Order: sequence, then structure tokens, then C-alpha cells
Amino acid sequence: MLMDAASFAIADGRAFVAPYVGRVCNGVGDHFRVADDSADWAALMFRVRDAQDRAAFALLFRHFAPRVKAFLMKSGAPASVAEECAQDVMATLWQKSALYDPARASVATWVYTIARNRRIDMARRDRRPEPEALNWGPQDEPDQADIYQAAEETRILSRALAALPDKQRTLIQRAFYGDLSHTEIAAETGLPLGTIKSRIRLALDRLRLKLTENQ
Amino acid sequence: MMTIRHHLTDPLLMAYAAGNLPEAFALVTATHVSLCDDCRARLAAFETVGGAIVEDAKAVPMAAGSLDAVLARLTTPAPAKPVAARGIFPAPLVDYVGGDLAAVKWRNLGMGVRQAILPTSRSASARLLYIPAGQAVPDHGHRGTELTLVLQGAFRDATDRFGPGDLEIAGQDLEHTPTAELGLPCICLAATDAPLRFISLIPRLLQPLFRI
Repeated sequence: MLMDAASFAIADGRAFVAPYVGRVCNGVGDHFRVADDSADWAALMFRVRDAQDRAAFALLFRHFAPRVKAFLMKSGAPASVAEECAQDVMATLWQKSALYDPARASVATWVYTIARNRRIDMARRDRRPEPEALNWGPQDEPDQADIYQAAEETRILSRALAALPDKQRTLIQRAFYGDLSHTEIAAETGLPLGTIKSRIRLALDRLRLKLTENQ
Repeated sequence: MMTIRHHLTDPLLMAYAAGNLPEAFALVTATHVSLCDDCRARLAAFETVGGAIVEDAKAVPMAAGSLDAVLARLTTPAPAKPVAARGIFPAPLVDYVGGDLAAVKWRNLGMGVRQAILPTSRSASARLLYIPAGQAVPDHGHRGTELTLVLQGAFRDATDRFGPGDLEIAGQDLEHTPTAELGLPCICLAATDAPLRFISLIPRLLQPLFRI
């Protein structure tokens, strides 16, 4: 069963989705888009992982590669470098498909982390320490509700970002393009960390619960 | 399961999620997250922001033939490796040390205190510290930010007690004398983006020698 966004928000006791739906109807926030098909990205990832399905990969590529390229260009990469890196990111998505856990992150989030890692690799020769992998995940049968919610969290975040004043949204984007150091993030009073935190509380509560369950 | 009381801050988690922490700080962050489910969940939440930004990016068309070029590169994906059993050090730290505690190449700093500098980029430095039970680290202040993650044992300073998994974040305003508790030797992973500033003369003279 798929919950719609409004009931999802109400279930959490916070009615922050409805106003953004209203904004979309008013045509405010032109980069906002209802990614109602994004729950299917996880299904395509399973086909890549379990059957090395190249047609499924092509669909993922068509959606995500141009966005990764845009993200890398915003992060300061020249178009030719961004093109090459976006290809690498998509190849990594295929190669590491066994590591994707649809209950913990939407495909967009996972693609983002691969793109971010690729950006660190190309920007400097630093090593890139990553947290220890958890001893659970893809090998367990993922819960459909978790998969849906992981995708839903990305949609909720998109709406929350679209609803922010331009200045605040730009600051968050700059942080994720790698323009702000941790000291600048800590010192930047215009950065709506509180807003972001209240919007990601859903993700947080769900992930905490999942981690506790899997002890 | 250890009870962790001192966690990563939002700016550190956000900067790690954004891929913009100095390597030494990223190592402390990845090591703490490996031990702390709460911070792992918070990090995942910040990464969700990154996912939303990618999803909403104004797509830039890929070059003609790029999909075919990538398809031609694809080979059979590697199966996920099972996670190895952990000693004292979580996986990201094992990668830097080249093994667990036994593999650390310590240097004596005197009074039984030992350290091992870990190889990171120069933007910040990372080191392992070994403080015998009951021993104090000389008074020191900080010019930048210092992160100290306890891996074994515990230490106390004027602010609180820090046990396994706890992270102390010291800024310029903190001058402290961390003292290891009785019991196990205290082993910490510390990272700083500026040299420490010792209050007494002798450690200050030794500082360039030991890179602390």
C-alpha cells in the first residue's frame, strides 16, 4: 500500500506537506517536480543487482546521469569533466549495485553519495574514509513500506527545499556543492539547519528504528 | 553495545555528507559513525538532502553516445563482501593503521604517553593517542578545532567524562587537561586543523619534534 504524501505527513503529526502541495498548484518553485515514479527507481536497481538488466540500467542512466552532470558542474567541474565523471558515477552504480539498500536510502540519495565521492576523488588526492558497512541490508528481504518511505523522504526534502526562501535554499545548495566548510556551516546563521532538521526528522526516526531493530 | 553520550555536531555531519571535511576530520567522523547508530541515522538524513538536490538539479544533457560508452564498460558486478569482525578499531581506522591496535607504530612522548601520526592530507592532522590509566595529557589549548574520539578506556577533563565512542569537540575557548581514568589505558583518535598550544614550556619545545 502506498500512502500519499499528505497522509504520510499526518501520520507523523506534522502537517508540513500540504502547504507545499499548494505552492506547486500556484506554480511557485519552478524546479519542483512531483517525482511520483521515483519509488520505481528502487525496482530498477533490483533488476540491475539481481539480473544485470541493462535495459533497467539505461532507464536509470537517462534519469540520473544528466542530473549528476548538472550537480558536478554546479560543484565547479567543467562540462567535459562533469560528463566523464557522471559516466563513472553511473558505472559505479552498476558495479556496486549489491551494496544498495533501498530501505535506507532512495536511489537519488545513493546516486548523490556516489557522485559526492567521485567529486572528492577528482578534487584532491585525499583518501575518503567511509563508515563501516553494516552487517545487514541487501541480503535481508527489504520491507516495501521502507522502500516507499525512503523515496518519499527525498520527495519531502525536495518540497521543503522548494518552499525555502531563495537565499536559504541557495546556501544549502552551496553547502552540498562543496562551497562551505564545516566552520562556515557552523557560523552561517542564514543556513536553515533547524528547518532542514525538522524536515528530515521523519527519515531520522525511521532510520534510528531500523538500526535498533537490526542490532 | 556502548552507550555514547557525546556525538558529532550537525555542521560536522553536514560537511561530511557534503564531502567537504578535511581528510583527518572525515576519518574521525567515519570512525564515530561506525560506532554510533544515532549519528549514522543523522548522517543518512543529511545525505537525503544531497539526494533531493541531485533529483531537483536542472538536467544537463549527456554527450551523444555516452550511454553506449558506459554500457560497453559494464562487467559483472562484484558481490557484497561480508563485514569482517571488528577488533577495537572500526573499519575506516583499520584502513589507515593497516590493522587493529597491534599494528599501530607508536612513538613515546614521555610519561608513558604514546602517539602515532596517521597519514592524511595537510589540511588537518590525525593521530592515535595512548594514555596510560590515570595519566594526564599536558594542559593545552587549541588554535583551531580538535576532535577526540575515545576507542578504549575513558578520559575526563573539566567539561565531562568521555568513554568509548564518545567524541569531544574542542574549540579555541577550551583549555583542558584530559586525564585517563583508572582501568584500561585510554586510546583515542584525535584530529586537529591547527597545532595544539601547550601552556607549559617543555611540551612546547618538544612540539615541533613530535608534530603534536
